[in-house]
Amino acid sequence: MDKWTFGFTMVVVGMGGTICTLIVFSLIMSALKKVFPYRKEEDK
Amino acid sequence: MFADSVMSGLNGLTAGFANLHWSHPVMMIIGGLLLYLGIKKDCEPLLLVPIGFGCILINIPLAGLMDKEGFLRIIYDAGVITELFPLFIFIGIGAMTDFGPVLENPYTFLLGAAGQFGIFITLLLALALGFPYKDAVTIGIIGACDGPTVIYVASQYAQHLLGPVTVAAYSYMALVPVLQPPIMRMLTTQKERTTVMKSHAKSVSKTTKMLFPIVITIVGGLIAPKGLPLLATIMLGNLMKESGVVSRLTSAAENEIANIVTLLLGISIGATMSGPVFVQPKTLIILILGLLAICLDTVFGILFGKILYVVTGGKVNPLIGASGISAFPMAARVAQKEGLKYNNRNYLLMHAMGANAGGQVGSVMAAAVMLSVLNGMGLI
Repeated sequence: MDKWTFGFTMVVVGMGGTICTLIVFSLIMSALKKVFPYRKEEDK
Repeated sequence: MFADSVMSGLNGLTAGFANLHWSHPVMMIIGGLLLYLGIKKDCEPLLLVPIGFGCILINIPLAGLMDKEGFLRIIYDAGVITELFPLFIFIGIGAMTDFGPVLENPYTFLLGAAGQFGIFITLLLALALGFPYKDAVTIGIIGACDGPTVIYVASQYAQHLLGPVTVAAYSYMALVPVLQPPIMRMLTTQKERTTVMKSHAKSVSKTTKMLFPIVITIVGGLIAPKGLPLLATIMLGNLMKESGVVSRLTSAAENEIANIVTLLLGISIGATMSGPVFVQPKTLIILILGLLAICLDTVFGILFGKILYVVTGGKVNPLIGASGISAFPMAARVAQKEGLKYNNRNYLLMHAMGANAGGQVGSVMAAAVMLSVLNGMGLI
């Protein structure tokens, strides 16, 4: 594999993978917040 | 006979001077500079002081501190080669980090992703300059702006670069308040900088905060198993903190363990900075590429912030995009300070902390994804 194939694969899959993973995290967190909403009683 | 014996004895006392290579004093000066930055300028003193001292120590000839039985070699082999030190540090970081702000606004995770672009662009640049694959990956990871991640990757794949990449990562992290503001001003308009972001009422339950580290570990581990140690340790620390039932362990992770490991890690990283190995044109190129990586992270973070500004109809201040890097909480403080400079009623801190916490997870995930992609390509 030449260095440019390697480099662009890392950029596309690496950066793409990082973005997709963080989008998934963001969606999971939004879902968790809906399933377990904050209640004021928790502060007591 | 007596005169010969005296001469031999004197030779023993002058051998250190006789074996000085020109690069040793140069490195002692660099070690002194790191000490100066840590002590006088308060730049990451916890790391730069032991690194600077280790750097001076290792450049004293014939002491054998990094020989097989040398005490620095023993520390280095036990904690750096095995990758244990950065992982222990991560437990402490997890225990110290409040992911609440990013959970309040989950979209800020995306700013944490944008803040990792510099890693990949720098990787390309390093390849263009002729660095081998694994070296280029290690240099790119300076852009994670996260010391333990950099050390973890370098200790696995490019141990010969451990010194320069670690010094670059910690020095530039300390320089975030100097590096970021000019880029922030250059890329944003006056109107964007004065955007006031609404603060939300507390909206994250304790259950969500506790589930966060568990779910992220499982999902992130399934996506990028090669980086699981990084992700798992930071999340373990955070779970301990959020659960509230192991306060002794949490306290140990963020105090005693973190302090001891920081000391041992610092001094053993300094011990990799031997003159003949460190004083090379390659080191200067790595330091420049590292600087570029962190500047590019800031650029892409702000550009993504500008996209959010447009998409949300002007509700997101693009300055918080600069906080999407891992330098926590320094980058968030920079965004807050810049925001206040242009509108003295604009408190961006909580939003910037969200982006910053997103950057913390983002940098770990970027490294984890890179390692898994390398593994998938059969290169590691």
